[in-house]
Amino acid sequence: MPEQPKVGVYLCHCGTNIAGVIDIKKLLAYVETLPNVAVARDYTYMCSDPGQQLIRKDIHEYKLNRVVVAACSPALHEPTFRKILQEEGVSPYFFEMANVREQDSWVHMKNPEEALEIAKDTVRMSVARTAKLEQLEPKQVKVGKRALIIGGGISGISASLDLANAGFTVHLVEKSPTIGGRMAQLDKTFPTMDCSSCILTPKMVSVSRHPNIKLYTYAEVKDVQGFIGNFKVKVLQKPKYVDEKKCTVCAECVKVCPVEVPDEFNANLSWRKAIYIPFPQAVPPSYVLDEENCLGLTPLACGKCKEACEPDAMNYDDAPKEIELDVDTIIVATGYDPYDPSSDQEYNYGFFQNVVTSLEMERMLNASGPTSGKVLRPSDLKEPQRVVYVQCVGSRNERTNLYCSRVCCMYAVKQARQLKEKHPEMEVRIFYIDIRAFGKGFEEFYEKAARDYGVLFTRGRVAEILEDPKNRNLVVRAEDTLLGSPLELETDLVVLSVGITPTVEADEIHKILKIPTGPDGFFSEAHPKLRPVDTVIDGVLIAGTAAGPKDIPDAVAQAKAAASGAVSLMAPGVYTVEPYYALVDDTICGGCGTCVLLCPYQAISMENKRAKINEALCKGCGVCASACPAGAIKPNHFTDEQVISQIEQAIAK
Amino acid sequence: MTEMADRFEPQILGFLCNWCSYAGADLAGTSRTQYSPNIRIIRVMCSGRVDPTFVLLALKNGADGVLIAGCHPPSDCHYLTGNLKARRRYHLLLKLLDQLGIERQRVRLEWISASEGEKFARVVNEFTEQIRALGPNPLKAS
Amino acid sequence: MRAVSQPKLKLAIGLGATCSGCDMAIVDLAEKLTDVFKAVDVVFWPTASDQKLEELERLPDGSVDVCFYHGSIANEENKEIAELLRKKAKTMIAFGACACHGGIPGLANLTTTKELFATVYKETPSTENPDFKQPSIDTTVSGYSLHLPEKFDTVQCLHSCVNVDYFLPGCPPEVPLVEKAIEAITTGKLPEKGATLAPNRILCDECPRERQEKKISKIFRIHQTIPDQEKCFLDQGIICSGPSTRMGCGAKCIAANMPCRGCMGPTSKALDQGAKMIASLGSILGLEGEESMSEDQVKQLVDQIKDPLGTFYMFTLPSSILKRRNMTQK
Repeated sequence: MPEQPKVGVYLCHCGTNIAGVIDIKKLLAYVETLPNVAVARDYTYMCSDPGQQLIRKDIHEYKLNRVVVAACSPALHEPTFRKILQEEGVSPYFFEMANVREQDSWVHMKNPEEALEIAKDTVRMSVARTAKLEQLEPKQVKVGKRALIIGGGISGISASLDLANAGFTVHLVEKSPTIGGRMAQLDKTFPTMDCSSCILTPKMVSVSRHPNIKLYTYAEVKDVQGFIGNFKVKVLQKPKYVDEKKCTVCAECVKVCPVEVPDEFNANLSWRKAIYIPFPQAVPPSYVLDEENCLGLTPLACGKCKEACEPDAMNYDDAPKEIELDVDTIIVATGYDPYDPSSDQEYNYGFFQNVVTSLEMERMLNASGPTSGKVLRPSDLKEPQRVVYVQCVGSRNERTNLYCSRVCCMYAVKQARQLKEKHPEMEVRIFYIDIRAFGKGFEEFYEKAARDYGVLFTRGRVAEILEDPKNRNLVVRAEDTLLGSPLELETDLVVLSVGITPTVEADEIHKILKIPTGPDGFFSEAHPKLRPVDTVIDGVLIAGTAAGPKDIPDAVAQAKAAASGAVSLMAPGVYTVEPYYALVDDTICGGCGTCVLLCPYQAISMENKRAKINEALCKGCGVCASACPAGAIKPNHFTDEQVISQIEQAIAK
Repeated sequence: MTEMADRFEPQILGFLCNWCSYAGADLAGTSRTQYSPNIRIIRVMCSGRVDPTFVLLALKNGADGVLIAGCHPPSDCHYLTGNLKARRRYHLLLKLLDQLGIERQRVRLEWISASEGEKFARVVNEFTEQIRALGPNPLKAS
Repeated sequence: MRAVSQPKLKLAIGLGATCSGCDMAIVDLAEKLTDVFKAVDVVFWPTASDQKLEELERLPDGSVDVCFYHGSIANEENKEIAELLRKKAKTMIAFGACACHGGIPGLANLTTTKELFATVYKETPSTENPDFKQPSIDTTVSGYSLHLPEKFDTVQCLHSCVNVDYFLPGCPPEVPLVEKAIEAITTGKLPEKGATLAPNRILCDECPRERQEKKISKIFRIHQTIPDQEKCFLDQGIICSGPSTRMGCGAKCIAANMPCRGCMGPTSKALDQGAKMIASLGSILGLEGEESMSEDQVKQLVDQIKDPLGTFYMFTLPSSILKRRNMTQK
């Protein structure tokens, strides 16, 4: 015999967030008239300790068996209140949250009467739903100690080392032939002016040496199935055609290779051979043969590298490898691509030779770069006397990306300072909208660049760049907004401070893992304030620039946070999953087989003409239940009776 | 003022999927994007959970319009393909509504992702005005 | 069977808007009827016996043990008879598809009396009726006034009109189901009130056909193909309402190589037979390659189903959620 529901309803003011729009007194008076309501209260902050206490007390005093809290979105505090019920001996699935903030008070701020009506309807629907709620047992899944980290840049590396040191097994998958990512391409890092490679490469070596880290380079994740504690990952590793264990990086092969292609590592400012090592400190330390550009993997086509290789490390019979991994958690750290300014007509990048990107400048500044540390104009390979920086290229712009890329102010100041260090008499001018020097030591760094190094700053957006075809000098047109007048400036070299964009591969990962991305393509965190490294998919975390533009300290911090998050999930050994699976009533099922076909997880099978759902595989989408023409399937917590009770109460008569 | 009071205020019932459109509606909230106060929301885990029976019940219970919102096809659905089922059922349901003499514009299927708070608000506003022009649910009279 | 010494149960059989196939369903018990009449006294059966309405009216309220009412409520008289029988009977059983769900006459809910009369009495090509004489409710003939039952715009099933205690579906209910029902009645073993006297499972359970993966993308109407006798109709792209229909009829139509049309109505958990058919058929149609379908391709796919309403609600429109077509259109 189902027990009579005794509902406690709690109206949260949320400070003035809700109470500032909705008349809580009137709402309370209304709620008290609803059927099954044993007690109704209001309070300033229901999620606070005293707020929670109200519920605890009432559960015992009024013998409540259902609780409704009208407050923020269930996405935020449903777990908080469910815990209270559980601790007070009531099934947590007898809790219902009425969203009267995100979906009411915050969106109808000028409409208090309407907002009140909506709140009444929403609470009425929730109270009606509680009468149909059922006791459910949460599922416990076993979680082991294996993590997959996608992306071997500084974020992936930092997370890998923390997890490996904590005793967890790490599978680190990196699409390039080496780990290191974008940080390996940088010369110096702000504000300490550390040599980027010098602080990065020891970590790369630690990764390669760590017994708990299994490294897969030149590899990409192609498919992920399953759930936390039970992810089945398919990785496709491209053939390097070089045996990593035998290669001694002697570079004899490079001497004889006849193919030259632009060197991506050096921002296409120089050439590399088809057989190459991305940079000398690559990990794993091995050359790789770029199959696409190689003349052919047989002696008939070329074969010179094989001939020249003394350790006999060349293996033309290498083939793509499909690797299957079983892991418990996943950290996505796929990094960023610099914004490509080719389609920004005002800058003529790609048309005017002396308009370069900041990454190209970074490679030139680097002593092991394409120009051995000399800054040269591409048109005549002479050193420029005057350099102009254009900020916010591909950022803070309706036509490109609305967001701020966070690092460009600081890296422009850094590069400007480096230029002035090498050439004190060079005129270096940065055209900016704002200078965002927000981090530790940043403001001081900026002031020093201006005060001591003589970097010039003009506040104004560059509207157009023109070229003098005779000498390939550039004319920059901008407005000096502090003076309030337009200006035209001739210069030798223009550097576009390009912003940060998500990688193309990130979209693939988004499709494979089903983690949402924001409007800009960066991965979305589960909650922007309180859960910055979790995603809505249990067991999948994000870190680094894949989650949004940030500098190295922030990327490392986030990576370490993600590693810590992964440890929290894996260390207990079990994880509680919502029991939102579906059940077949086999007194009604007639074996038509419709559901079996529809389940995206193949969780349903037919046994003796009756459908049977595998609870471990079922994710609770409810597609089978709505499709079942007999009405024989019930999805837990979203049953027909529950939804219908809400439909019936939704429209005020 | 009397004219305002006499104006028909559509009552729309929305079935929002937990992962995309419900989160998108929450985002409209956190961004304080204001929209017409004419929608009541029922959360389901997936747009594929929406049984056409629910839509008919909503209409019978007086909803002037019904919104079904899910993740963008073909590959954003948290449960892989639930939205694709919702889409096929929706188009078949529209044919039924034609035969039942109910304007098919009263039932609307939209794809709203978790980051499309603005879109959610825009859809609610547009849908409200569309239903306002259509008039109240003809079943309400009987 | 009950003991001879017990008093006979009083049975009334009421007719609504019926084809009398349900009367035949009872007659089809054939020689078993002799046993039935040992336990049951038929106090009212316009089709097969001679009691007058006045005799029924004179019976004390509640003195009839069981009433089988078949036919839908399509006019005033149907309603009056239903209400009268509900008063007189202790147990009211909706007998057959029309009483349970509205039946085929329920399809009149796509139109109105006015439109129907216009078609029948004026617009058909072979009708000669220049003054558009049509049936009226009240008329005077030789000084006597005559009142004919008003034909309702909306056909109703029995339970929309009176309280119904049990439902015996089918068009008509098959003999085994009628037998079982009568057995339950005469031995006092009827289930809880409100129950349907047929299994709560769908037809697929008793369908003998071979079922494979229903990956359909092309729909064939029954005249467009010759159905394979062994394979599931849906597997062949032929719409069969079996999945949304109760079993208990012995799948006779299937055996005659015709797909199920849904006359037994849905299970107790499916609130709307047509909506459930849309849910399930809409889901499995075009399943193969669904990810690469454009919006237009989906529309084309679904347009293959020419008449969702007529096909999926053939017997159950009045008992569905929306019950009828809305006639107030802009």
